[in-house]
Amino acid sequence: MTHTYVDGNALAGPLADLFAVDLTTAVLRCAGCGRTGPLAGLHVYQKAPGLVARCPGCQAVMVRLARTPTRVHLDLHGTLALAVSLPS
Amino acid sequence: MSIVTPGFHGRGRPAADLPPGQYLTEDFPVLSAGPTPRVPTGSWTFTVTTETGREYRWTWAELLALPAETVTVDLHCVTKWSKLRTTWRGVPLDTLLADVETAADFAVAESYGGYTTNLPLADLLDGQAWIAYSYEGEDLTAEHGGPARLLVPHLYLWKSAKWVSGIRLSHDDEPGFWETLGYHEYGDPWREQRYQGD
Repeated sequence: MTHTYVDGNALAGPLADLFAVDLTTAVLRCAGCGRTGPLAGLHVYQKAPGLVARCPGCQAVMVRLARTPTRVHLDLHGTLALAVSLPS
Repeated sequence: MSIVTPGFHGRGRPAADLPPGQYLTEDFPVLSAGPTPRVPTGSWTFTVTTETGREYRWTWAELLALPAETVTVDLHCVTKWSKLRTTWRGVPLDTLLADVETAADFAVAESYGGYTTNLPLADLLDGQAWIAYSYEGEDLTAEHGGPARLLVPHLYLWKSAKWVSGIRLSHDDEPGFWETLGYHEYGDPWREQRYQGD
């Protein structure tokens, strides 16, 4: 396998346009293998028509995000759960 | 909003014989939504599955034994680069589908690695599509979809599925990987059908 990805921090900017909280420290559970870990730890493939974030364990697609001129498309079907820490 | 923007390779010079919104490139950018599959030809198969579930399967040796064509075509990527006069060798889908019994109107190309893309079955026929295994006289590299990829050059390049493993035929048009994320269900570059609703 050849890897040409960056880490999940590449999702920070695009997701900041959609969510009020910083999701890079959010913990996600992979729908493919059940692995949990921070969004920043995902493998993000960005040389593509959209961003594709994969589980670092099983390589299943966990997050997809694309922008068209009129819409932002976010697909989380590969993510079973997402936990965000509240401000203390 | 500073969000995902196609066209990350920058702008080349515009050319009059390009589809609208496209720019000419001389290199061959590699786009990928995941790890590059390395599929040994010894275990490679290509499977056509009809709407009734009947399967027609070819091994690598069987594919190479079929009559092949060499074609020179232009490539148009939805991320706005175009590459002109690329030469490929492969087996026409007309040959592979000639004896397949089907009443389907639509096809889903499936790839090693899980990628999918949908298109009308008619767009795979009449000399419009190939299972390509050679590029510019050399074996097709894995980065560009080898050992074999679908080549449908009259549509945006995301329809030309890399690492193709089969074609699934259906009565229904089932959106594929990018088509479910806002991209156009057909993808004609000359009508600039990049996104849903274009």
